[in-house]
Amino acid sequence: MKKTRFYDCHKALGARMIEFFGWQMPVEYGGIIEEHLSVRTRAGLFDVSHMGEIIVRGRDALAFVQILTPNDASHLAANQVQYSALTTPQGTFVDDILVYRLAPDRFLLVVNAANIDKDFSWVDGHKAGFSVEVDNASDSYSQLALQGPSAEKVLQPLTDIPLAPIKRFWAGLGKVAGIDALVSRTGYTGEDGFEIYTTSPEPRALWDGIIDQGRKHGVLPIGLGARDTLRLEAKLMLYGNDIDDTTTVLEADLKWIVKFKKGDFLGKAVLERQLAEGIKRKIAGFELVDRGVPRPHYPVYAGGEAVGQVTSGTFSPFLKKSIGLTYLPVEFTAEGTDIEIGIRDRRARAKVVPTPFYRHADKPAAV
Amino acid sequence: MYPSDFYYSKDHEWVKIVGDTVVMGITDFAQKQLGDVVYIELPAVGADLSVHQTVGVVESVKAVSDIYSPISGQVTEVNAALNDTPETLNQDPHGKGWILRLTIKDKSELENLLSASEYEKFVEGLGA
Repeated sequence: MKKTRFYDCHKALGARMIEFFGWQMPVEYGGIIEEHLSVRTRAGLFDVSHMGEIIVRGRDALAFVQILTPNDASHLAANQVQYSALTTPQGTFVDDILVYRLAPDRFLLVVNAANIDKDFSWVDGHKAGFSVEVDNASDSYSQLALQGPSAEKVLQPLTDIPLAPIKRFWAGLGKVAGIDALVSRTGYTGEDGFEIYTTSPEPRALWDGIIDQGRKHGVLPIGLGARDTLRLEAKLMLYGNDIDDTTTVLEADLKWIVKFKKGDFLGKAVLERQLAEGIKRKIAGFELVDRGVPRPHYPVYAGGEAVGQVTSGTFSPFLKKSIGLTYLPVEFTAEGTDIEIGIRDRRARAKVVPTPFYRHADKPAAV
Repeated sequence: MYPSDFYYSKDHEWVKIVGDTVVMGITDFAQKQLGDVVYIELPAVGADLSVHQTVGVVESVKAVSDIYSPISGQVTEVNAALNDTPETLNQDPHGKGWILRLTIKDKSELENLLSASEYEKFVEGLGA
């Protein structure tokens, strides 16, 4: 069982730990709802060191990343970031990822914890013909996420990196709590905030420093339980639930990360055809009308017929209603469409709603 | 911590005898294991229950948990307020978080339940 470098911090705070894809991780500290609301109204600190980091470097690094992903990495300046995917030749997902351009010929791919080995094998396995080196640096990296409207206010005193000029999906390098780090304005919560990466072998001061600094701002430690409810309210995908190697990027409603004009990439032909013919099913958000909590794999009915399963579902702590995602035949995806969710022995009424379920105003660009 | 005048089941329910009826709920241990409760399904008043039968469901953000009847009897009252404020189960599991009231069909079933000190030992043994 793997432990992150912040394991002792979680035990000291009384976290309830669970096993998550081979990692001992905190699922909650004081309670999922309290943690969730702290991120929406103040800020919260997450240990996300279980995530994976794959470095792609060399003369052909950009060309290589372009083939592996549907988004256009040539648009990335140094220290710029984009949400993207590793796609199969069928236009489906190996994983969803963040692509960081650290230098013209050096990229950092941040991947899901559950997929580290698979993704590294996939990337490494495709490098023939490209002058690149591919490294799985996951074990060297630790990562924290500080998310919420107060995140910048809490983090600035701890770092020499000026944060205000860093716009969303950009990064900077410097020290945080005396520790060398890469800081990006990115996150998985739908709030403003930062993800902080370090390869320091002893990064505890990073966690302790932010918790101490954050105390007067009401910053709480946040576990994986609230991480899931936060990302679902923001309609952010979870690999294995909402996306996988059977769902195409277009069916997942992620057309915005597909840049057909940028050149060839794995899955391009299939996605082009799908775009021309029209997709037959699409992921949609719903909220329950009847009482209940929708959960993954619960059956979904539309027009009286079974049409699929819930991919993600929960009781939303901020919106105080039950929400979820499911793939529906496109004829049922219009807002307001009535569907039903099978919960144990009954069918709970639900309706299709626009997503994201929750949206926080974007941070204005620095002047 | 655990009221000495209650009896307890190994499924983490408590029972308080009030004349010919019992009031039941889930214990503090159970609510801690569940986390924040967001939803409860209560049985109908008048339902006839056998001991260990599933009487309802309590759901937290992360988990779905069956509620079992600690004794046999008929439901005379349910705490419908829990439908609107399920968090009461977390805040006051032994008091305002009571779940239902049952007639006692067979008093000898009470002997199968644990006393407060026996339940505390049982919970300690679970190493939570």
